[in-house]
Amino acid sequence: MEAMRKLFGRRPKSSAIAKERLQLVLVHDRGFSPQLLETLKSEIIAVISKYVEVDDNGIEVHITRSERQDRLVANIPVRRTALR
Amino acid sequence: MARVITITSGKGGVGKTTATANLGTALAMLGQRVVAIDVDIGLRNLDIVMGLENRIVYDLVDVVEGRCRLRQAMIKDKRLPDLYLIPAAQTRDKTAVSPADMVEVCRQLRGEFDFILIDSPAGIEQGFKNAVAGADQVVIITTPEVSAVRDADRIIGLVEAEEKGVPQLVINRLNMALVRRGEMLSVEDVGEILAIPLLGIVPEDDHILISTNRGVPVVLENRSPAGQAFMRIARRLMGEDVPITLPEEPSLLGRLIRWVGRQSSA
Repeated sequence: MEAMRKLFGRRPKSSAIAKERLQLVLVHDRGFSPQLLETLKSEIIAVISKYVEVDDNGIEVHITRSERQDRLVANIPVRRTALR
Repeated sequence: MARVITITSGKGGVGKTTATANLGTALAMLGQRVVAIDVDIGLRNLDIVMGLENRIVYDLVDVVEGRCRLRQAMIKDKRLPDLYLIPAAQTRDKTAVSPADMVEVCRQLRGEFDFILIDSPAGIEQGFKNAVAGADQVVIITTPEVSAVRDADRIIGLVEAEEKGVPQLVINRLNMALVRRGEMLSVEDVGEILAIPLLGIVPEDDHILISTNRGVPVVLENRSPAGQAFMRIARRLMGEDVPITLPEEPSLLGRLIRWVGRQSSA
């Protein structure tokens, strides 16, 4: 909501609020709760960290929806010099 | 061979029955042989929206329970010679019909028609499963409201789970004035959230209520923006390449003329 306020001035339009609320609730409805995503994220990091050094700050894990399927997108930066 | 198209939504009251009546009528006006089937057992309404409520003798449950032949349950439309309705039963519930029954009814009708339109009940239970069982194609109807869009998202998952392919979307009751003011989800917003192909946009239109009061589908009225939108969707269903455009917002002058017209005809 804070981000919305910055983007749209003091009072965000109700359509923007509707869209944001829908996107949040649908993550739950589609079976990917934030808790599940967090668990998934930490386990993915744990596996990858066995082989390369991961940059903890730049990690993004989220679900995107396209026509055919939902997609789990993980963007995990690794340190260049860290190949073990 | 007929194409079986199920019209569904998840949420009630978003326009499934209105869409079925209007798309059926529009396709028949375009020369197609059409039968519309009401699968909302216990809460039938397609009959009253099409203005055929006084002609019902037999219904869908009579057919599947063998009390009449399929032909006897088919009500011929008042105006269009190639449009028929098979009404739902009013005194039973969803369990009176099974998905296998629906597949069989559709199989028997396929040879005689170009389009079989199925009006689904709201919800995700057996009524919905009955409605999609025989479908070749599913059309999901939603309005630009959070509750309707949320339920549409749920239904999309269920349609895909039933292996009916990717459904197509109709956005109903779009109010361009509200969209422009940023107070209604836009076509792009809904499209981005649901991520299925768009089949059409139907504007919010008082003519719908008025024509439903009369039992005459709005596509029969040339001047109605919603009717024109349903007619374009029908042509798309027939495979014509009709571009999808946003409804025009009536100008102040246009609104004034319409208001004056309504006062003088009232």
